[in-house]
Amino acid sequence: MDEDVAIIGAGQSVFARKCGVSVRELCFQAYKEAMEGLDITKDDIDASITCSAPEYDKQRTPSGLISEYLELTPKPAFYVESVCSSSSTGVRIAWSLIKSGLHKVIAVIGFQKMSELTSREAAERMGRGGDIIWESPFGVTMPAGYAMYTRAHMAKYGTTEEQLARVRVKNSSYGARNPKANYRKELSLDDVMNSNVITSPLKMFDCCANCDGSSTVIVARGDIAKRVSKTPIWIIGLGAATDTMTMSGRKSLTGLECSQEAGKQAYEMAGLKPEDIDVAEVHDCFTVSEILAYEDLGFAKPGEGPGLIDDKETYVDGRIPVNVDGGLLSKGHPIGATGGSQIRTIVRQLRGEATEAQVKGAEVGLVHNVGGVGQYGNVTILRR
Amino acid sequence: MGFENFGTVSFTAEAKVADFVTYLEQGKVMTTRCKNCGAKYFPPQMDCPRCLGTEAEWFELKGGAKLITYTTVQYGPSGFEDDAPYTLVIVDFADGLRTFGRLSRDIKESDIKIGMELKVAPVKQANDRISYEFQKA
Repeated sequence: MDEDVAIIGAGQSVFARKCGVSVRELCFQAYKEAMEGLDITKDDIDASITCSAPEYDKQRTPSGLISEYLELTPKPAFYVESVCSSSSTGVRIAWSLIKSGLHKVIAVIGFQKMSELTSREAAERMGRGGDIIWESPFGVTMPAGYAMYTRAHMAKYGTTEEQLARVRVKNSSYGARNPKANYRKELSLDDVMNSNVITSPLKMFDCCANCDGSSTVIVARGDIAKRVSKTPIWIIGLGAATDTMTMSGRKSLTGLECSQEAGKQAYEMAGLKPEDIDVAEVHDCFTVSEILAYEDLGFAKPGEGPGLIDDKETYVDGRIPVNVDGGLLSKGHPIGATGGSQIRTIVRQLRGEATEAQVKGAEVGLVHNVGGVGQYGNVTILRR
Repeated sequence: MGFENFGTVSFTAEAKVADFVTYLEQGKVMTTRCKNCGAKYFPPQMDCPRCLGTEAEWFELKGGAKLITYTTVQYGPSGFEDDAPYTLVIVDFADGLRTFGRLSRDIKESDIKIGMELKVAPVKQANDRISYEFQKA
């Protein structure tokens, strides 16, 4: 397996509405967890990739700053962005840099410190999330984009608001046990159903919250991985795809085509099928996003995603456990850190270390990380 | 004249397709067709990635249009505070062009039905701003 590529360490900070530390200190929290227990030091890392959504950063070009703080200079450092999917894009690039022979061990560091912005500044950026000539002048928002997918799914398949709410109920039950989650309260179906409408039919508890957080994934060449890590987690499938930035450009409004395409690529590379996945992390920025992911990734047929949550098949002891760390809905969504946090959860599951909610005997896991309203899709398949 | 007065809040002005706004002022919602290969676009664009053409002709978006999906936004971004609630829609024209915009405030949320017939029309807004919206057919 010398030519294969593995994850040898994964960590994340506590995700919180306000972290109270600087960006470099925030990143150190995740880096420390990822590096602890490995038989390597900072000197063995030969490149770093920093991942965030720059419109939320006060510091220009933060990769240089973080590289200095972790004493990774003079090793190359650069920045990768695909909004909410930035850090899984970082892992994809780390894989290819190692596979090419250019590097041996790479630190992929994702972060977002959203509390650095005032709520007014955040609302201004929210307004520029769509195509700024053709869609932002109408007041489109991220929740509105997903709400339009929700309405279309409801119209075609009869999906209900209660079914969406059940996703939040599940994820909140796991979020309550996750010490790194921002939102740790269990929510009932009534709590979710009675929350304020944000953009119909999505309500407050259908939505994840912005927050501060960091993640780190250490990626290494196979021979090194086997030497320095007790349980390397192998990257066996990678898929990445895009869809249009404009909502009017979308061919389908009942599923994310970027997820479907990225999933297809990842399954093909891994030589696996959806039924081979033991545990999955999907991008539940909204409750509906998790339902769409069930279908887009082949865990359910189109239109049958809601049935999976009705039947509790995505709980930890179900047929395909999904987001048993609380998901974005409970953990919070520090944009650039999210993909790395999802990968950390699957690494812990495959190592049998997820004591809060361990899927028994999990050997193959999937990470689905989406940027924008289905604009960028990454699917990563990992094996113990 | 560019996009500086288009929609509720505009973010940028210059574009080769700024005639879109001029046509709106003349009462027409237009989009483009590549002069070289005939490909139709919405949003309009002068450049054609399919044949690398850089000239397009304008044609009017009219006739039957069908509501594909919608949402009523309760909390808008900066600049939309006084605008919310408003309804965003995706609408398909008979020739297959898919478009995006606002639904007329004359249609109550409880009366919105996916699949309903709509038409598009330019609308003048406060402070000399101009836009288009979808109305009952």
